[in-house]
Amino acid sequence: MSRTAVPSRAGSSATGPVETAPRHRSAPLLVAGLVVVVLGLLVVCVMSLALGSRDIDLALVRDVFLGGDAAAADKATLLEMRVPRTALGLAVGAALGLSGALLQGVTRNPLADPGIMGINAGAAAFVVLGVMVLGIGAPAQTVWLGMAGAALATFAVYGVASFGREGATPVKLALAGAAVTALLSSLTSAIVLTNVEALNTLRFWQVGALAGRYASVFWQTVPFIVVGVVVALGAGRALNGLALGDDVARALGQRIVLTRSVVFVAVAVLCGAAVAACGPITFVGLIVPHVARMICGPDYRWILAYSVFLAPLVLLAADIAGRLVLDRGELQVGVVLGVVGAPVFVALVRYRDAVRL
Amino acid sequence: MNALEVVQPPAAVHVDAVGSVRRARRRRGTVVTGALAAVAAALFVLTMVVGDYAIGPLQVVASLLGLGDDPGADFVVRDLRLPVAAAALGTGLALGVAGSIFQRLLGNPLASPDFVGVSSGASLFAVSMILLGGGAGLAVSASALVGAVVTAVVVYVLAFRGAVSGYRFILIGIGVQQLCTSLISYVVARADVFEAREAMTWLVGSVGRAGDAELAVLWVALVVLLPLALVLSRSLATLELGDDAAKALGVRVERSRLVLLAVSVALTAVAVAVTGPLLFVALVAGPIAHRLLGPASSGGLLAAGAVGAIVLLSADLVAQNLLPTPLPAGVVTGLLGAPYLIWLLASVNREGRGG
Repeated sequence: MSRTAVPSRAGSSATGPVETAPRHRSAPLLVAGLVVVVLGLLVVCVMSLALGSRDIDLALVRDVFLGGDAAAADKATLLEMRVPRTALGLAVGAALGLSGALLQGVTRNPLADPGIMGINAGAAAFVVLGVMVLGIGAPAQTVWLGMAGAALATFAVYGVASFGREGATPVKLALAGAAVTALLSSLTSAIVLTNVEALNTLRFWQVGALAGRYASVFWQTVPFIVVGVVVALGAGRALNGLALGDDVARALGQRIVLTRSVVFVAVAVLCGAAVAACGPITFVGLIVPHVARMICGPDYRWILAYSVFLAPLVLLAADIAGRLVLDRGELQVGVVLGVVGAPVFVALVRYRDAVRL
Repeated sequence: MNALEVVQPPAAVHVDAVGSVRRARRRRGTVVTGALAAVAAALFVLTMVVGDYAIGPLQVVASLLGLGDDPGADFVVRDLRLPVAAAALGTGLALGVAGSIFQRLLGNPLASPDFVGVSSGASLFAVSMILLGGGAGLAVSASALVGAVVTAVVVYVLAFRGAVSGYRFILIGIGVQQLCTSLISYVVARADVFEAREAMTWLVGSVGRAGDAELAVLWVALVVLLPLALVLSRSLATLELGDDAAKALGVRVERSRLVLLAVSVALTAVAVAVTGPLLFVALVAGPIAHRLLGPASSGGLLAAGAVGAIVLLSADLVAQNLLPTPLPAGVVTGLLGAPYLIWLLASVNREGRGG
């Protein structure tokens, strides 16, 4: 995490009572920053290939990729486990980070996160229901289920929370998300209780992990994520408009309903695919856009661009930490992020009063 | 004010009118609360009537009062069905009152202890006790109790910044809940499959597993905490006017809020310890009672408690008798809560009170 070069000024300013709006920075500086982030991501990728319960020498990694000789076991570990794991981390990380940034922009709510808002839970519930009730288990189909669930949850939570005069406030969104999550989890556990085998599948999937997913999962989900990423990256201008408020955005010639719909569909596609692949992972989508905002100011075009690279960096770093922290076995990335992310969330609530964007 | 002072007689009439409206409201409150209590009592008996071994309601009452002449029926009623019914009644009461206090104190009808971390903290501790500590029965209940209290204290401390605002309390509660959820799923994932099943069953919530010791704790806590809550409901009504108004009216805001939170957390904690986290009971009780009592009803904690008991007793009846396979009551409260929740979210937010 230290690699992400968070300006210390932004970190300390959060405690002060004075409203410190993030500053615009010059484009060359931001491009340079982006290059640094991408380099950091590359380093983390290499570490993710090399580190784990069976450490692989870096020279050996190079040899395998360049077609050289390597011990069969190392080669198998690398190609069948580490490579899919890392690739999945890249794709899912980008998906979660971008959907967090999109949600924060479109709801104008600094605490929006696919996990907090119950979108991950929606996707998870649909995947579980599909597997257990309809007998659908192939990744090609669970992706669709995940996206349907994510779309439904997004619609329910945002639609319901945005009634009323003051619109979707952070508290309303968070409570609606928590309530929908509670509801869906009681639904899934009702099904799971009658079926031990289902329970066994569910409990491993529900933690949220990159481990144990094979290349097929990656190839089934990555097309959706790519589409979502492309749409998301194009949404920067629209989000900048929305940040000024609905009236101003409309006056600037934006079609607000259309923008919102497109963004929510993109979020549903990204979250649904990510959850179908890895299970529900919370807090990446919350933290990363904030870090990006500290680095590059309020322009969503840059926030989105940074989020694409920062989020996989955070996710993979958490995954690597989870591999190394225990003597035996691993800590799943969902747990690592839960433990790391909750304090960040609390700090955001405490120190950025009524947390502004 | 001047006009009123000059023209005395109309003011007196006015006072009479206010008085009669107040009396009518109080009467309605008493009638509704009494009716709810009667329904809860009837369901309490009905829970013990229904089952594989048919026992008439009169016989149930006779057995409870020690007047029964059939030892078989006495055994079934007192040793098998009474603990379940008593657990459902007591937990329902506790959750109803606790939920109502939470909602009014935090000024949000969605802020039930289910969603602001208290229940999930209890779950984390209980599940860890089942899966890591190898505990069962009383040990699990005790750790759930500890977990609820610890989580509530953590949330309160983290939300404290000069004073505790409902806004911060809710959001930080939700953050802590996310943390607990990910830890729970980790603990469940690394356990043995049958133990994991036990833990999942606990997590759904059921009234049928309470032992004598847990029941004793639950009822002792209720006897102590319910009167306390009723006494405190006066300052709760004042706090609802807003911090400044309450201060002007002579309420020590921060202290009252702390005590009220402590009472409702304690009620939630004993309830969760006995039954596991039963979703939505605490959420629905307060608003239903409020609606039945009519507009501008202050107090109403007893009515909320009675509604909680009614909800839980009927959920248990449905879960045990009407479903194809008997399931824990938590499944039914979860499913019943769903449509209600959607309606609540929609209507509450339309009125602009949601947040």
